[in-house]
Amino acid sequence: MSLALDIVARVRNGGGRAGHAWRAPGLVAPLAFVLLLVAAAAVPHWFTALAPDAVDTDAILLPPGLAHWFGTDQLGRDVFTRVVHGTSQSLGIGLGATLIGCAGGVLLGTAAGLAPPMLQRLLVRLIDILLAFPEILLALLIIAVLGRGPANTLLAVGLSSIAGYARLVRSQVLRVWQSGYVEHAVSLGESTPAIIARHVVPNAIRPLVVLATIGVGNAVLSASALSFIGLGVVPPAAEWGALLADGRNFLDTAPWISFLPATVVAASVIAITILGRRLQLLLSQGGQP
Amino acid sequence: MPGWLANALPAGLRRLGVIVAVLWGAATITFVAVKAIPGDPVAVLTGGENVVDAAEREALIRQFGLDQPLPVQYLRYIGQALLGDFGESYQYRQPVIEVIGEAAGPTLQLAGTAMALALGLAFVNALATAGRRKGLRTVLAGLELAVLSTPVYWVGLLLLTVFSFYLGWFPVIGGEGFRALVLPAIALSLPLAALLGQVLRDGLEEALLQPFALTVRTRGVSETQLRLRHALRHAALAVSTLTGTLFAGVLAGSILTETVFGRAGIGQITLQAIKTRDMPLLLGLVMLSALVSVLINLAVDALYLLIDPRLRRTAR
Repeated sequence: MSLALDIVARVRNGGGRAGHAWRAPGLVAPLAFVLLLVAAAAVPHWFTALAPDAVDTDAILLPPGLAHWFGTDQLGRDVFTRVVHGTSQSLGIGLGATLIGCAGGVLLGTAAGLAPPMLQRLLVRLIDILLAFPEILLALLIIAVLGRGPANTLLAVGLSSIAGYARLVRSQVLRVWQSGYVEHAVSLGESTPAIIARHVVPNAIRPLVVLATIGVGNAVLSASALSFIGLGVVPPAAEWGALLADGRNFLDTAPWISFLPATVVAASVIAITILGRRLQLLLSQGGQP
Repeated sequence: MPGWLANALPAGLRRLGVIVAVLWGAATITFVAVKAIPGDPVAVLTGGENVVDAAEREALIRQFGLDQPLPVQYLRYIGQALLGDFGESYQYRQPVIEVIGEAAGPTLQLAGTAMALALGLAFVNALATAGRRKGLRTVLAGLELAVLSTPVYWVGLLLLTVFSFYLGWFPVIGGEGFRALVLPAIALSLPLAALLGQVLRDGLEEALLQPFALTVRTRGVSETQLRLRHALRHAALAVSTLTGTLFAGVLAGSILTETVFGRAGIGQITLQAIKTRDMPLLLGLVMLSALVSVLINLAVDALYLLIDPRLRRTAR
């Protein structure tokens, strides 16, 4: 998960061969899909007439078909309806967790870049230690302390991603601190906190904005993974990961209960990631004449 | 040799310091987590049911040192943990080291197979498409991107749905032996292969543009020889780092893969430890994961010196 940040950070300067970034063919489909997701989160009843918890004992474990696009589960609930109604919660957790991760990352990264040397070394070591953990293990530890549930899943995913963002912010802060305009501000006699708040942080977090886009995809993924292994959002909530967990006991008789919602998660994450990368490419091109 | 040693010793000591610091940090984080868990520790110890009488309760508290002040508990715990003594698992009623040892077998089997498969796929893919076969290259690069952003459990579910449910070639849940290893290993290896393939191709393409590649070509060496004997060495540097990081991450990946395929292993006991709040076991697992990550970083650095002779000179 923090790995994805590394991948993005080393994206090649391949913009030249793709032509202008907005006109690239690979952009329309992901953009449309993300808009569709946002619509499903805002107005789920436009997409399905059924209720997510409506039990239908005449339609148990039906395979996908015209009446039930994604089939039905062991209680006869329509899987497509549940996926649609789960969108808002899953995206909400993804967005919230990314916000926590970024905010924490900016705080920790700025402190680790500009604190007095002793404290700086301590914070850098702390970031290293946190990065030595697989993110999911950290999230699991947090869940073990806080317990399960949507809010705790959001917290666990957010907190466990802080170290990755912090490392990036620190390197940016160090770079900005050396720049001419900071030197200028210092010579004008601005106070250090003002310089940090007004010049350093805003400039240091610019690359973070793009990474955060991709981070939302990763957070959705992590949250659904937590729910899938039974430690995130608990069924009967219609969150995506919980839907997957629901179908785990029916893998040998009705695999679609897990597989089709998982496909929606995969498609969402891919769409968000492609959008983020495109955005990154666009910004890097915009910086050049 | 003494001169070499004099240079290597401080560096080695510094590395040792970092290792101890990371392990200490990991142990401390877990200690804080354990203490932050709400509820009666004795209830956790006895598996939730408060069936113990007062005397037994007293004995348990004394046995696990819960009557000591927090700093004393912390020191005792850190000391024992750094010596590799994690105590006895609440749930399995045997030493944590033994529980982990038993579970490590299937996980190492899975992780090793997946890693070997991923490296094989990545090398073939990169050698075949770096700087040539434009169509194939585009297709594979697109596939890599898709696989990279795909949840590992989705790949697992896809494989299960197609090969177990519809075709019936492989068992759906658990099982022993090679047949049960195929699908999980493929599921775990695909994302690794995609990432490794990307990095390796990038490295190869960069190496093939350098002056030495032209020199080798003018000597009349075949393109395949150039790639295998000269360019690959350059590209392998980045890949070795990544392989290390990825291998450390395989523990995390194994939690999901083992859940999808119902396999026994480290991932499963981690989940169990968290669900039942089996704290000694959880501590052991966290320390193991930190240790693995530190040791792998060490091995990667050593590998660097092996691959790139230039680094040996600057290191001295």
